[in-house]
Amino acid sequence: MDGPVVTTVNGVERACHVDDRTLLCDLLRDELRLTGTKIGCGHGACGSCTVHVDGVPVRSCLTLAAQVDGREVETVESLGTDGQASHRLQEAFHRNHALQCGFCTPGFLMTLSPLVASGRTLTEDEAREAVSGNLCRCTGYEAIVDALLEATGSVEVAGD
Amino acid sequence: MKPAAFEYVRAESAEHAVAELARWDGDATVLAGGQSLLPLLNMRLAVPGALVDIGRIPGFGRVAVGDGGTIEIGAAATQAAVEDDVEVAARVPLLRAALGHVAHREIRNAGTVCGSLAHADPSAELPAVAVTLDAEFVVRGADGTRTVPADAFFTSFFTTCLEEDELLEQVRIRPPSGRWFGAFEEIAVRRGDFAVVGLAAMFEMTDDGLGQVRLTACGAGPVPQRLRAAEVVLTGSDGGPEALREAADAARGELDPPNDLHGSADYRRAQVAVLLGRALDASGGDRTRTEV
Repeated sequence: MDGPVVTTVNGVERACHVDDRTLLCDLLRDELRLTGTKIGCGHGACGSCTVHVDGVPVRSCLTLAAQVDGREVETVESLGTDGQASHRLQEAFHRNHALQCGFCTPGFLMTLSPLVASGRTLTEDEAREAVSGNLCRCTGYEAIVDALLEATGSVEVAGD
Repeated sequence: MKPAAFEYVRAESAEHAVAELARWDGDATVLAGGQSLLPLLNMRLAVPGALVDIGRIPGFGRVAVGDGGTIEIGAAATQAAVEDDVEVAARVPLLRAALGHVAHREIRNAGTVCGSLAHADPSAELPAVAVTLDAEFVVRGADGTRTVPADAFFTSFFTTCLEEDELLEQVRIRPPSGRWFGAFEEIAVRRGDFAVVGLAAMFEMTDDGLGQVRLTACGAGPVPQRLRAAEVVLTGSDGGPEALREAADAARGELDPPNDLHGSADYRRAQVAVLLGRALDASGGDRTRTEV
């Protein structure tokens, strides 16, 4: 009913031993003390648990820890530490007031950082589609869409 | 919101997977992408004794073009991989159109096409698409594989023809020959939600109007509902307002949709007619669809 899970988290190999039923979000938060990843709804709808597995955004509440054995996981703690793209996204969130309580923010950042890294610009419709899988109770979303458009270079930034 | 205890088994091969399913004698559930299963586990609506993970079986993640241009989607192929596949986009554009309505991209990055089909949620989009496309289901059991046509695969709410010791190994979609237009339309409370009611349509485009027509509704019954009476009306018609009116009447008459908090039976009947109109409008605007 339990077993080993060896996974690379934010570039560091971690050897864990967990119950078979352990969710990835719980491995990250409880075992590895990476509490940036949040658990909102517990069934994949709110997006606050979003992390990257092998470079791709997925819901950590709908992933078993066992499923990331031998895989690479990145959490919000990895953003802004290795390069321009994610730092640009976080700066854009800050400048545009795209967070208030901040609970949903790690999920949004992990959902959106691949888009920023891709170098693609987005139309407003594409930006709205991109954020549509993440729920925010505070901001009303406009500032988040603005931050994404700015971070992807899709709009002119007003001079300071 | 945590699963009850279960034993996790990672299957090394298709044979290993079915052997484990047999060993657990109905108390094991197949895990592919887990995007339908994990919510059930987290809410303890499902409490299997074991999960058999087929996600790493070599070859199961394959999306390929087989004999005669048939699209072959393996059990562990993610919805995102199918959505992005250039051959699928070229040969079966209806599938990609429908996938855009399935949850959100983050879910599709993990969820599988075959998993959605095997889960057989009455409100899910992909089962209706599979029926409209006359997909073939390759079922793996203890004695090997058998092939089941789409109209025999879905048997009731969340129920397919799969036995307890069988799994869906692959789905095959043969693009129809000729010039066809595929449209997927749905009514949902929010983008990405399950369909209140949806329609997967394929129209054969000829120089004299519509040829064959295939229409399947989701969210309108326990299994995908093929709208055969409406198909008969539209086949060989000009697809114009009069034909649509008659087809909508036929569709309303042949459906017996559920009443629930998302919509009454009459609402669902009315919306199927609306979706049929949208699908026809979409087809009218583009007569240069896939030629196989």
